[in-house]
Amino acid sequence: MNHFKGEAISWSAANGVIELLLHRAPCNELGSLSLDELEQFVTALDRLEKESHALIIHSEMKPGFCAGADLRELYERSRGMEKAQALEGVRDFLERIHRALNRIDASPLTTIASVHGVTFGGGLELALACDLIVADKTARFAFPELRLGLIPGFGGIPRLKRDIGNAVVRDLLLTGRSFNATKAQQIGLVSQVVSEGEALRAARATASQLGKFDRHTAATAKQFIKPIPYEDLREEINIFCDLFARPAVQAGLKRFVESRDAQPYLP
Amino acid sequence: MSTTDQTLTEILNLAATHFKVPREKLSPDDDFFKTLGIDSLQTLDLLTKLENHFHVELPDYELQGVSDFRTLAGKIQSRL
Repeated sequence: MNHFKGEAISWSAANGVIELLLHRAPCNELGSLSLDELEQFVTALDRLEKESHALIIHSEMKPGFCAGADLRELYERSRGMEKAQALEGVRDFLERIHRALNRIDASPLTTIASVHGVTFGGGLELALACDLIVADKTARFAFPELRLGLIPGFGGIPRLKRDIGNAVVRDLLLTGRSFNATKAQQIGLVSQVVSEGEALRAARATASQLGKFDRHTAATAKQFIKPIPYEDLREEINIFCDLFARPAVQAGLKRFVESRDAQPYLP
Repeated sequence: MSTTDQTLTEILNLAATHFKVPREKLSPDDDFFKTLGIDSLQTLDLLTKLENHFHVELPDYELQGVSDFRTLAGKIQSRL
């Protein structure tokens, strides 16, 4: 089928362009429901790719593209479990989301993340799996995971390291501060910055242009220029799980879930 | 170069327009979270608007604990 309507994500394909829409309130937090549907999408991708040249991932939620992992779900699930069981659940979730994002990353299609507003943590990691990021002027990017005693776990560091300089990776990772779209374009993270509300239009115009190229050539060029950092991605899961076992993480999650701060993503 | 007072006036005008609050209801020493009724996601939106308007970079942590327009103006002024 060329379309699917889920509770967290939906997709449709027409004229060679697949559009994956994120629509889970409040800001597309990635939890078990989103992951189930994302896995259905990557399964469908095997078939959809045959008649497509581009994939656009975008959000219809006003606050932004995606606020990252569903930390409330993570906290609620893990606090009622034995430590080993919680850790096993986290590792399984990471393995599954890595498989899904690796599949999107390695797709022969040219992939575009059309982003606005909050593009934090796992949301930024989803965007980084794409070939191009088109952002409107409201977009903000951050890796705030250190405040929880963690590192980004959905492939963020290896993919960011692949795309931009190590000093910028350190800035994002070690300060936890957020960058706006203009700054993100200056550092090479974002390919186009457009007016508020115009990212999807610009992404569609780009996707339309991509359809003029020979598919095999475009896929070959992508494969040549965009290696998937599998070894680092594997290492990231191991580091994340080692850190998750520390008591500081449960305390950090609790603090975040109960926070009423204006900037809960800061320590 | 703008003075802190000019910066403050611009912030108040920008906040009134963006959050659709009558300008005369905003004062320099107001707690903008209460006056504008903004949550954490809208705070990020405000931060972006301010950065784009003044063409500055405002690290989030520099604004931690800042809740009134006057102090905010001082933070922005230090980066102009």
